[in-house]
Amino acid sequence: MSSLPHPLPDAEAQCRQLADLIRPHLHRQPALVGIYSGGAWIAERLRELLGLSEEIGLIDVSFYRDDFAEKGLHPQVKPTFIPFDVEGRHLILVDDVLYTGRTTRAAINELFDYGRPASVELAVLADRGGRELPVTPTYGVWPVALNDAENLVLARAEDGQLAWRLENA
Amino acid sequence: MNIEIKNGRVIDPKNGVDLKTSLYIVDGKVVGLGQAPAGFVAEQTIDATGKIVSPGFIDLGARLNSIEAELAAAVAGGVTSVVVPPDADPPLDEPELADRLVHRGAEIGKARVLPLGALTLGLNGERLAELAGLKKAGCVAFSQANKPVVDTEALLRAMEYAATFDFPVWLQAQDHWLSRNGIAHDGEVASRLGLAVIPVAAETIAIATIIQLVRDTGCRVHLTRLSSAAGVNLVKQAVDEGLPVSFDIGVHHLLLTENDIGFFNPHARFSPPLRAQSDRQALSSAAANGLAAICSDHTPVGADDKLLPFGEAKPGATGLEVLLPLTLKWAEAAGVSLADALGRITWAPARILGLPGGDLSVGAVADIAIFDPEATWQLTPEALKSRGKNSPWLGYVLTGKVNTTLVGGRVVFQD
Amino acid sequence: MLNPQLNKNGELSHLLSVEGLPRAILTQILDTAESFMEVSAREVKKVPLLRGKSVFNLFFENSTRTRTTFEIAAKRLSADVINLDINKSSTAKGETLLDTIDNLCAMHANLFVVRHASSGAPYLIAEHLQRIGRDDVHVVNAGDGRHAHPTQGLLDMYTIRHYKKDFSQLRVAIVGDILHSRVARSDIHALTTLGVPEVRAIGPETLLPKHLDKLGVHVFHDMNEGLKDVDVVIMLRLQNERMNGALLPSAGEYFRHYGLTPQKLALASPEAIVMHPGPMNRGVEIHSAVADGPQAVILPQVTFGIAVRMAVMSIVAGN
Repeated sequence: MSSLPHPLPDAEAQCRQLADLIRPHLHRQPALVGIYSGGAWIAERLRELLGLSEEIGLIDVSFYRDDFAEKGLHPQVKPTFIPFDVEGRHLILVDDVLYTGRTTRAAINELFDYGRPASVELAVLADRGGRELPVTPTYGVWPVALNDAENLVLARAEDGQLAWRLENA
Repeated sequence: MNIEIKNGRVIDPKNGVDLKTSLYIVDGKVVGLGQAPAGFVAEQTIDATGKIVSPGFIDLGARLNSIEAELAAAVAGGVTSVVVPPDADPPLDEPELADRLVHRGAEIGKARVLPLGALTLGLNGERLAELAGLKKAGCVAFSQANKPVVDTEALLRAMEYAATFDFPVWLQAQDHWLSRNGIAHDGEVASRLGLAVIPVAAETIAIATIIQLVRDTGCRVHLTRLSSAAGVNLVKQAVDEGLPVSFDIGVHHLLLTENDIGFFNPHARFSPPLRAQSDRQALSSAAANGLAAICSDHTPVGADDKLLPFGEAKPGATGLEVLLPLTLKWAEAAGVSLADALGRITWAPARILGLPGGDLSVGAVADIAIFDPEATWQLTPEALKSRGKNSPWLGYVLTGKVNTTLVGGRVVFQD
Repeated sequence: MLNPQLNKNGELSHLLSVEGLPRAILTQILDTAESFMEVSAREVKKVPLLRGKSVFNLFFENSTRTRTTFEIAAKRLSADVINLDINKSSTAKGETLLDTIDNLCAMHANLFVVRHASSGAPYLIAEHLQRIGRDDVHVVNAGDGRHAHPTQGLLDMYTIRHYKKDFSQLRVAIVGDILHSRVARSDIHALTTLGVPEVRAIGPETLLPKHLDKLGVHVFHDMNEGLKDVDVVIMLRLQNERMNGALLPSAGEYFRHYGLTPQKLALASPEAIVMHPGPMNRGVEIHSAVADGPQAVILPQVTFGIAVRMAVMSIVAGN
């Protein structure tokens, strides 16, 4: 049963809300790691809003997914880019939509291959429920229920503005 | 036995006969067409409605690895006489071996076996085999099969000796040095696929050498399995010059080219290799114009020797049971009449052999193939009587099926 | 004829040859390789993609270096790697190539990396697997006779793309024994498919296949002419056996006419890169000053090769 509001919420405003949630915890000097593509855009936006100087990490989970046997390798793989030392760092994984939790699991596994972080937190804009693994967002802005046939997609316009779009699954 | 074959379309290419009529056989010989001879009472009647009644096919090249299966395959394909190359194991270089082969063939009582004797002992191109003895034992000519005589002096002496007795010599024109490392025609396909090549020069240089030796010795030479346009031209010139030279073409070379190698299909590995479109065209014209006979070059190869990388696969394909449908297929594409096409596998081979046969004249031995030119059948391993299931046509539907075959007036195959 | 490399969905299931592959698949492999370059730069150079899968290196023709790079690539994908050096004498014991394949499939092989001296051998294997219904087993050609070495062709393209970015304006020259070279054939097909407008072959008549022009290649016998303004020079190895037949008189004469010296390299574009599939014969096809010089990218080729092979194996194994 869908609980989607019409029109869809302002993603840029949601980013500001997410930044507000994270700001009180910056004393631990967390590093942001965005999961391609939506999470990467949000992480970039968070970096601006939080005034962080450090480059964000970008992570592609294609090599760590659990559905390789059924789906094969994703046709468009991008290189993971971690420009800081993971060892001993507090990390914030950033994604646009949290659903089953499998992407988060894959991202955590991949980060652990870079070193042993002090902690990993999860920041998401939308949480659509339907978890299949025990994953909870540390910072979340928008709980929303969707049908199996519906898919929430974050898009970036030419001017860099982020906006939600609804697609059929 | 008195046999009447009725209601069939009798085609006798040598005598220019092509009409719907009856054919009468007495004591293993053709005694007439149309009207039954006086006093004739048929003991056996064969109804050939909708079928062609043709002289039995004479195949100028068929290897009989397991003789019973292959002779059964021959008559299933309408082939009533097979010329057997001497490259069995052991090679046919002793009269006793020829004797045994002829004897065994007679025992089996299907297609007639016409062995080629080895020109040299062991086919090694050095010492002469006992040609006269082999002839006496039943060999119809002498050959090196696919093995070239590298030593030109040895070849000269062998041809001189053969000429003494007016024995014909059958040779595969392939220069040893230019072909020893090659597996495919020196064309676009080999360039692209990285296959070691056998240039056309391997054939033309060998032909030129042989023709010169024919001039010098007067030896009669039949060139087997030509493969190139340039080769055909050279032989044509020799024939025009009046030299005692003839040639035949393998039926697969009339239909296939280097392109049929595709993704390294080992069934497209032949010796000589399949060449370019232009070569195929020249071979087709030569056959169409009656310059050359057509044969199957039947070479049974087991799966273990065929399902290998292209360069390791044994060359050759099964031929006896596809000679007819492939000849018909070629004839249709080349615009050759049915009678002319049949002539290439009946009368033309007989003439090359210098033996009677290949026609339905009165008094001719009743070697007859009755076939349905429209019948279709799928080429599967089960459909073949031959032990050789190796064919580039596997799975294809072919047109032309033999219904009944007679050798010496006896039915030896009935579908 | 259906392309034996693609499955029913048009996805790459085997890598047998660059020829016949659409540009999109080549690009996909190069793009995926970029991600694997990053993996190879990490501390932990492993991803779990092929965990639990068995990769069998079937080398009927010896090659320690190629086999090693495939082994490294497979291990970085977390696969189990089994090396089989099958020389002629063990197949002479009677087991046919296809029997060997059946036996290994029974040992749960998932991917065969095959190097064989006969052109076409990997096709025979791929066809056989299809006939016995094993579309879960994949074949990667590591070099068959003179026909193809597709992973080398692809890593060569990766190298060119890395240094030159845009294929559509390049002049590329391949120098040496193209007649006997599977690397050259794969390079030629890859270059033409990726849209390189000018592909040149430079060598003596005896070392060039007769119908090279039909593959879209300009033939040069004069290296000075052929190298003018080229952006990429690919040098091929000259094998010793070639001097034994009547193909070439001596290494010295070959080097004088077709060896890449600093003087000859100066005829190419000043930013030209020099490539070589390795191993190099210094002083035969390439002068040491060039091999060790700033324009040579021969060692990076090796690094790229591991990433490209990781990309190829992960793509086919998933289809």
